[in-house]
Amino acid sequence: MGRLFDFMLPENKSPLTADSTDGLFHFINEVSLIFLIGITFALIYFAFKYKRKSEDDKTPVITHNNTLEITWSVIPLLIVMVIFGWGYSGWLNLKAVPNDAYEIQATGYKWNWNFNYENGAQTLNELHVPKGRPIKVVMQSRDVLHSFFIPDYRVKHDVVPGRYTYVWFQAEETGESIIFCTEYCGTSHSDMLAKVIVHEPEEFEQWLELNGGGIQGSPVEQGEQLVTLQGCQTCHSVDGSEMIGPSFKGIWQREQQLTDGSTVVVDENYIRESILYPGNKVVAGYQNVMSPYEGRLSDDEITNIIEYLKTIN
Amino acid sequence: MAITEAKKMTTLQVKRFKPSENPTNNYLTDEKGVWAWMTTVDHKKIGIMYLVAVAFFFALAGFLAIALRTELWTPAKTFIEADTYNQLFTLHGAMMVFFVLVPSIPAALGNFILPMQLGAKDVAFPRLNLASLYIYVAGAIFTFAALASGGFDTGWTFYTPYSSDGNGAGVIWVTLGVFILGFSSILTGTNFITTIHKLRAPGITWDRLPLNIWALYATSIIQVLATPVLAITILLLAFENIMDIGIFDPALGGDPVLFQHFFWFYSHPAVYIMIVPGFGIISEVISTFSKKTVFGYWAIALSSLAIAFIGFLVWGHHMFTSGQSAVATTVFSFLTFLVGIPTGIKIFNWIATLYKGSIDMKTPMLYVFIFLFLFSIGGFTGIMLGALSVDIHLHDTYYVVAHFHYVMMGGTLMALLAGLHYWWPKMTGKMYNETLAKISAVLIFIGFNMTFLPQFVMGSQGMPRRYYNYIDQFTPFHQTSTIGSYILGVAFLIILYYLVKSLFGGEKASSNPWNSRGLEWQSTSPPDFHNFDHTPVVINGPYDYHKPMEEFQLGLAVSHNGHDAEHTSTEVEKTEEKA
Repeated sequence: MGRLFDFMLPENKSPLTADSTDGLFHFINEVSLIFLIGITFALIYFAFKYKRKSEDDKTPVITHNNTLEITWSVIPLLIVMVIFGWGYSGWLNLKAVPNDAYEIQATGYKWNWNFNYENGAQTLNELHVPKGRPIKVVMQSRDVLHSFFIPDYRVKHDVVPGRYTYVWFQAEETGESIIFCTEYCGTSHSDMLAKVIVHEPEEFEQWLELNGGGIQGSPVEQGEQLVTLQGCQTCHSVDGSEMIGPSFKGIWQREQQLTDGSTVVVDENYIRESILYPGNKVVAGYQNVMSPYEGRLSDDEITNIIEYLKTIN
Repeated sequence: MAITEAKKMTTLQVKRFKPSENPTNNYLTDEKGVWAWMTTVDHKKIGIMYLVAVAFFFALAGFLAIALRTELWTPAKTFIEADTYNQLFTLHGAMMVFFVLVPSIPAALGNFILPMQLGAKDVAFPRLNLASLYIYVAGAIFTFAALASGGFDTGWTFYTPYSSDGNGAGVIWVTLGVFILGFSSILTGTNFITTIHKLRAPGITWDRLPLNIWALYATSIIQVLATPVLAITILLLAFENIMDIGIFDPALGGDPVLFQHFFWFYSHPAVYIMIVPGFGIISEVISTFSKKTVFGYWAIALSSLAIAFIGFLVWGHHMFTSGQSAVATTVFSFLTFLVGIPTGIKIFNWIATLYKGSIDMKTPMLYVFIFLFLFSIGGFTGIMLGALSVDIHLHDTYYVVAHFHYVMMGGTLMALLAGLHYWWPKMTGKMYNETLAKISAVLIFIGFNMTFLPQFVMGSQGMPRRYYNYIDQFTPFHQTSTIGSYILGVAFLIILYYLVKSLFGGEKASSNPWNSRGLEWQSTSPPDFHNFDHTPVVINGPYDYHKPMEEFQLGLAVSHNGHDAEHTSTEVEKTEEKA
């Protein structure tokens, strides 16, 4: 039986956060199964044993039995109190981040996860962490509710606009684990995936060093990195294929029809406006689902992005 | 109290009579024509109209479920786009909850049966009853208007800020629809509470109230107390949407978690609005088909009330990952376990009722057995989700989806099917095909488990809910689930077939085909317009199966409904002295 319940759970890759949960999962399953077998057996046994023989069957009058009533109220009550205590202590552990935890900032937005590290390194949909060290992910949302869920670590927390939330875990083996968004957030909710990549500690330091220092290069190169990091390509293709938003291919100086029937030629000002306030001039045939970037990108960054977009033909 | 009650009974002079078989006149023949139905104040006709409406929405939302399961046959696109999928699951959930589960048992079966079990001619406010039906229809029209104006894809929970973020005019229409629908629910609840208090026939003391009535009583209390909160919440949401007043949307200075508190303050008790009336049906059917007094009458009756009250205090268990305060989370988890106890007590009492009974496995009883198995699984997995640390892992995965389908479909819907088959002869005067009914019940059992058991496994493995696309490892589970849903679809079509067929060619039902001791079976099938020829005097309890059937004839007060024993006429045949 234990093997069935093991099969039901994903691999446990963060024992410090997952062990208590898994233990309780097994315990509740086992107790439930005992009760369910008892109930099912009683149902089937009674159905055969007391099958109606004739319409004149006489049945005894058994109105109640206090001893029985108390027994089957108190025993389940005791069991669920154990379950409550066990679940509570496991949950306290999930809330209590170890003091030496390594902090990573995460931002969720439709439909990407952005991760920021202490030295300015940024990643899109890839959470790089060292093995064997507690990690605290501090999360915020740019638009609607999201939820950050790593099944392998048994951690999950909603990502709420206007407040910070966090999860912590400690991966004990190198490799990859999937991150799901588990709070419905629109069209591509089910594609808002990311992965945790667990490195050996030295390897992680190297990776961090290599990616630190932020965005560099010519304006076009910087613009390309920004577009990649901001996850623009989740909705806007660079090869002309149809996605949730208009393609970037050949966008410069293109004449666009808008939802209100008017037309606009794509120039610097249109791109700037569409990044900062995407809802103002929506291209016909598309919906207004993009999160506004007002206050999130600097003027220089927007200029670099425009320079990059000019080059996509 | 008991002594004065007994005194009154001993001086009560009644004569007994049997209901006539195959009446020439009944509520269906009484007023004919569309206009007569539309303006009727007869609780039975209103119940039937509710039943038709609920069946319509169930068919529609069930069809959507089949479409959703078909889409999930493969990861990514099978035959519809992501946006369509998102709208369909929202519609499936909203319709099943607001248009099917909430009104199904109270407004459809309850309307028909409640006054009959009380020996009343109608509910206390018959016109209000008709009004609640029209309000329900108005709510439905608004929902269809929402579809016409571009649809909505927020999920049936309408979580902010997604729902207030300009996701189409559809959201405003559908929330107004739900707002209107709530009044229908409140009016039905008010009507039932009044009817139970004021219109019980002479002899129906509180300790002789059928357990179905206790369950509807508990349900009505929740409907009256909880539904207004939903109305207020939805009104605030509409204000925010239309006038940009910041209540829930952080961009306007609001708090999205506040919305979740408001929403679940209604929607958790609403779960009990959906399931508690089902408990009532189970008690009636299990007693009738095991021909035995219900074990633990008071335990079952009072546990319904306990569930109704504790059910108000557990809403936060939907929000363990939301960021609500740690203290709140702890308290909500604790109370959640407490609400499980009265539910468990009921299951044990029902099983104890079977002990030494005379069990006849007719279709309604078969559904009760299916209910007890499926609902137990629903309950145990509820304990799993109530445990804080485990819920963190399972929240918003398919485990939750499977859990609430085991409770709502394995619980409420199986109880509804039990009740529908049980009272079908009374409501229509016709018998359905027993063989087909049993075949479809078995198909439902197989199809249901095939659909939802795999969802427990993939949920535990991490498959999130409301996913259009999924990772490959979940494919076998999704495909098993989809096949199961097709079996369910076929089973429901068979039910539709034999029920409709019974209306036109079915065998005529006798007034009491199951030899039940319930008061509603002491009238003709179908009942007369006023249910009983005279206000009945109830001599025996609804579960007195130890008494011979002959004793179960209606007592008829000779004058003044039995309240005025001095002025009895001389027509008395027999004086009843049982208390």
